[in-house]
Amino acid sequence: MRQSTNNSIFYNVDWITILIYVLLVIMGWMNIYAAVYNEEHYIITDISQKYGKQMIWIATAFLIALIILIIDESFYTAFAYFIFGFFLVLNLAVPFLGREVKGSRSWFRFGDFGIQPAEFMKFAANLALAKFLSNQHIKISDYRNTIISLIIIGVPMVVIKVLQDETGLAIVFVAFIITLYREGLSINYLLLGFLAVILFVMALLVNNMYLFAIIGALCVIAVLFVKRNAKNLFIIAMVGMIACGMVKGTSTVYEHMEPHQKVRIDVLLGRGTVDLKKEGYNVNQAKIAIGSGGFAGKGYLQGTQTKYDFVPEQDTDFIFCTVGEEWGFLGSSVVIILQLVLIIRLVFMAERQRSPFSRIYGYGVASVFFFHLTINIGMTIGLAPVIGIPLPFFSYGGSSLWSFTILLFIFLKLDSHRLQILR
Amino acid sequence: MNQLSDRKYFIIGIFILIGLIYIARLFYIQVIDDTYKLDARNQAFRYKTEYPIRGYIYDRKGKLLVYNEAAYDLMVLPKDVKDLDTADFCDLLGITKEQFLKKMKKAVQAPNSPRRESIFEKQLSPREYASLQERLYRFKGFWVQSRTLRKYPKKIAAHMLGYIGEADKNITEKDPYYKDGDYLGISGIEKTYEKVLRGKKGMRIMMVDVHNREKGSYMNGIYDTMAISGKPLTTTIDADLQEYGEKLMQNKIGSLVAIDPQTGEILAIITSPTYDPNLLVGRARNKNFSMLLKDTIGNPLFNRSTMASYPPGSTFKLVMALIGLHEGVLTADTRYPCARGYPPLGGRPKCHPHASPMDLHGAIGTSCNSYFSYVFKSVIDDKKYHDTYKAYQNWRDIAMSFCLGTKTGSDLANELRGNVPSIKYYDKVFGKGSWKASTVISLGIGQAEMGITPLQNANLVSIIANKGYYYTPHIVKAIGGNENDTLLDRFKVKHYTKITDTAVYNDVIRGMAKAVEGGTAAGLKIEGIPYCAKTGTAQNPHGKDHSVFVCFAPIDKPKIAIGILIENAGFGSTWAGPIARLMMEKYLKGEITRPDLEKRMLEGDLIHKGKTTEEKTTH
Repeated sequence: MRQSTNNSIFYNVDWITILIYVLLVIMGWMNIYAAVYNEEHYIITDISQKYGKQMIWIATAFLIALIILIIDESFYTAFAYFIFGFFLVLNLAVPFLGREVKGSRSWFRFGDFGIQPAEFMKFAANLALAKFLSNQHIKISDYRNTIISLIIIGVPMVVIKVLQDETGLAIVFVAFIITLYREGLSINYLLLGFLAVILFVMALLVNNMYLFAIIGALCVIAVLFVKRNAKNLFIIAMVGMIACGMVKGTSTVYEHMEPHQKVRIDVLLGRGTVDLKKEGYNVNQAKIAIGSGGFAGKGYLQGTQTKYDFVPEQDTDFIFCTVGEEWGFLGSSVVIILQLVLIIRLVFMAERQRSPFSRIYGYGVASVFFFHLTINIGMTIGLAPVIGIPLPFFSYGGSSLWSFTILLFIFLKLDSHRLQILR
Repeated sequence: MNQLSDRKYFIIGIFILIGLIYIARLFYIQVIDDTYKLDARNQAFRYKTEYPIRGYIYDRKGKLLVYNEAAYDLMVLPKDVKDLDTADFCDLLGITKEQFLKKMKKAVQAPNSPRRESIFEKQLSPREYASLQERLYRFKGFWVQSRTLRKYPKKIAAHMLGYIGEADKNITEKDPYYKDGDYLGISGIEKTYEKVLRGKKGMRIMMVDVHNREKGSYMNGIYDTMAISGKPLTTTIDADLQEYGEKLMQNKIGSLVAIDPQTGEILAIITSPTYDPNLLVGRARNKNFSMLLKDTIGNPLFNRSTMASYPPGSTFKLVMALIGLHEGVLTADTRYPCARGYPPLGGRPKCHPHASPMDLHGAIGTSCNSYFSYVFKSVIDDKKYHDTYKAYQNWRDIAMSFCLGTKTGSDLANELRGNVPSIKYYDKVFGKGSWKASTVISLGIGQAEMGITPLQNANLVSIIANKGYYYTPHIVKAIGGNENDTLLDRFKVKHYTKITDTAVYNDVIRGMAKAVEGGTAAGLKIEGIPYCAKTGTAQNPHGKDHSVFVCFAPIDKPKIAIGILIENAGFGSTWAGPIARLMMEKYLKGEITRPDLEKRMLEGDLIHKGKTTEEKTTH
C-alpha cells in the first residue's frame, strides 16, 4: 500500500468533518445540560445527572472513533456481511435476552447504562449494502439485485419493528433509498414513493371519491398530451390504477394502524379536532418552546418551557426545543446549517472515492444523518409526524451517539484511503 | 457512471431544499408568529400580585383613626388537593364535614374551577393563622395568602370613613386595575380617596414547572414591580370632638356637622345612629351588615349627614333675611305683623304665639313665620323685576349661591344635591304663569319642596359666619403629610355668594346674637364666648317636627360653625341646641361647664323610650 509508510492513524483523515463532529457533540452536550439543568447538581460532569452521563458517552465515543481509525480499513470490507449478521442476531436476541425497561424490549442493560442494538444495525446494514452493491458484477437496475438490496434494508426494519416494536429505529432504514437512487435505482421508484406520500396525505384529507375522479381526469389529460401508442396508454393506465389502488390502500392501512399512530398522523395533518392536552400536547408544547425563543433566544439556561418539563422528552427526541428556546432563530438555523454542512460534505467526500464500496457507504452515512435531521426537527416544528428518533449528536443517549460516531468514523477511515480500491 | 454521479446534484438539492423549508418555518414560528411566546408566558409564568399597604387615616391632630391588621386567606387549588385527611383538616379549621364539602364544591364550580385558585376560608385572624400554619404543610393544595384588613381603634366616624369591599364583576370590568376579590373603598373617604389610599399593586413573575411548582423568580426579578404603599390621609376631623358628638347624639336620630368657617374643614360629621366601623370588617361582616340593615327605624347604615334631605325650616329664614336686605325690600327696622300666622293668607303659614309686630332681629329671635312670609312675598313681588318669574329666578340663584339645591362639592362620598324648586317644576305643578309668591309662600320659611342636607346646613352657617364666602367643606387636610397636594387645591379657593355686602350679614348676625343673649337660646350661653345661633323647627309632614339648631362661635373670627338636626325632637332649643352648645364649648374650651346639660343629652333617648317630658321646658 502506498500510504503504509506513514504510520499515523490520523494520516489523511478529513479534519473538517472531525471538527464539525466535535462541534456538534459539544453543542449537544451543552444543550442536554440546559434541558435537564438541576440547580442542586449544577456541575456539568456530575454523573448522577444526564449531562454527566452524556460526558461519559462522549468520552467513550471518542475512544471508539480512535479505535475505528486504528483498525485496518480492509477489516470493514472483509467483515461487512459478518458484522451485519452479528448485529442481526443481536437484534433478534434482544427481545428475549434483554431486560424489559418501561415496556420497551430493545435494550441490553448494564447497571445504570443501557445499549440499544438496533442503533448499531444502521452501520451494519450500511456496510452490508455497500459490500453487496460494490460487487463489480452487480447492476442495480437488475430487479433481482434491487430486491436483494431491499432485503438487506428490509430485514432489519422488520426485525426492529416487529420484534422490538421500535417504529422510529425501524423507519430510519428507509433512508438507504437515497443510496440506492445514487447507485442507479430508477427514478420511477422515487417518484412512485413521492406519489405514495402525496396520495397518502390526500387520501386522508379529501374524500376518496373525489380523488378517484381527479386521478381519472389527470389520466385523460395525459392521454391527450402524449403520443397515443400502446405503450404510453398502457403506462398511463397502470399509473392511474396504481394511484387508485394507493388511495384505497391508504384508507385500509390507516384503519389498521394503532390508535396512537393514527393520532400522530391526525396531529400532523390537522385532521379532525386535536386535543392540545392529549394527543396534540407534545407537538404543541414543542412549538411553544421553539416559538417562544424568538429571534435571538432567551439565553443559555434561561429556557422555561424545556427546563420545567412542559416539553416531554426534552433531552432526547425533543432536544431541538431547547436549542430553539434558548438560542432562538439564530441558534436553530446555525444547528440546521451545521448539520447540513456535515451531510453535504459527506456527499462530496463520497463522490471523491475511487472505491465504490467507500462511496456507497458514505452515501449511506449522509442519508441516515439526513433522515434523522429531517424527521427529528420536522416533528418539533410540526412538519413531520412524531416518530421517536434522535437528533444526531444532540439527543441524550449513548447508543445513538456511538452509532452515529461509528457510522461517521468508519467512513472517515475509508476516506483516508480514498485512493485505493477496496473490495 | 458519469450519468449516475450527476444524481448527487439532485440529492444535494433535496438536502438544501429541506434545510431552507425548515429555516423558513422556524422564522415563521419564532420571529413572525407571536402566539407561541404568549402561550409560553401563560404556561411557565405565575404572576404573583404584591398587595400594597393601604394608607392609614388620621385625625387633624394626628390621632390614628384607621390602620391595617394582617389577616390570612386560606387558599385552595382543588386539582392539587390529594390524599386529604378530611377529618383532620376539618378539625384544624373548626368546621364540619358538610361545611367542608360545601366549600370544596364552591371552589370547583364556576366561576372557580379545579385549575383555578380561590379563597377557601376568608380572613383568618393572626391567631387562627398561627395554629394553622404549623400543620398546613400536610394538606396539599392549600396555602395561606396574607391580606390586610382595616381596623378602627376609635370606633368613630363610620359613615365618613366608609368601608372596604371586594371587587366584583362590575368593578373589574370597569377598571382593569382590580381583579376579582381585590379590596377597594366602597363608601366614605375610602371611596373618594381610593386611588390615594390603595397605593399601587406590585407584580412578581415566578416561573413554574409543568406541575405548577414554583421555580424561582423570572430573570432574577428584573421585570418585577414593587408594591407602592398607599399614602396616609390626615383628615380635618377632631377625633375627640367627633367622639364626644357621637356620644351626645346617641339614641337620637339625626345629624350634626361642624365646620371651621375659616378653612372649610369639617371638624365633626356625625350621623346618628351610627355603628362601630369594625363591624364591617372581617368574616362577620356579612352577618353584621344584614343585622344593621334590619334596623329599619334607626337605619344606621344611612349616612344622614350627606344623604338625607330635610326641609331647612327656620334656618332658611336667615337666608330669607339676607336676600330681603340685599334686594333692598327689607331693613333691620322693617316690622311685619303676625296673627299666629301670616295674615294675608288667613293665618297660613301658621306661627306660634309671640309679640307682634316685630322688627328683623326680633323676628330672627322668635323665628316668626309670618315675618319671613312677608319678606318672601316682597322679594318675589319686587317691582324692579316687573315679573314674578324673573324675581323668583333671582331669588333661587341667590339661594343656590349658598350651596342650597346644589352639591357643595366636598370630598365626602355620595353627596345629595338637595332641592330648591325650579320655575320649570312649579310650571309643571301649577301650570305656566298660574303661580305667584303666595302660591309658594312656605318657601320663605324653608318648607314646601325645599330640602337640604345637614352638610349644606352647616356650610350655610359658615357662609353667614364668614359674611359672604365659604371654602368648599372638606374632610381631608393632608395627603401623605402634604397639605399642598394638588388634590386639595380646590379646597383653598374662596367661593363668594351673590350677597357680598358685609353690612347685610351684620344685621342678620346681630339677630342671631340676640337669640343667645335673650332669645330662644338664652338658656344655652357659654361663659366668656359670645356666639350666634338660630333655633328652629323644621315641619315634618310625616310626624313630629325636627329639632334644628345652627350656630357659630365666637362672633368675631368664628372658629366653628355647627348645623344640627334631630328628627322628631320638637323645638330646636330642646335637643339640637344643647348638643350644639356642648360641642362648641368642647371644641373652643376643651372642657364642659354645664355637666347637667351634658348628662341630660347623654341620657336622652328619643328612639327607644319615646319622648321625655323636658321638651316642653324651653321654647
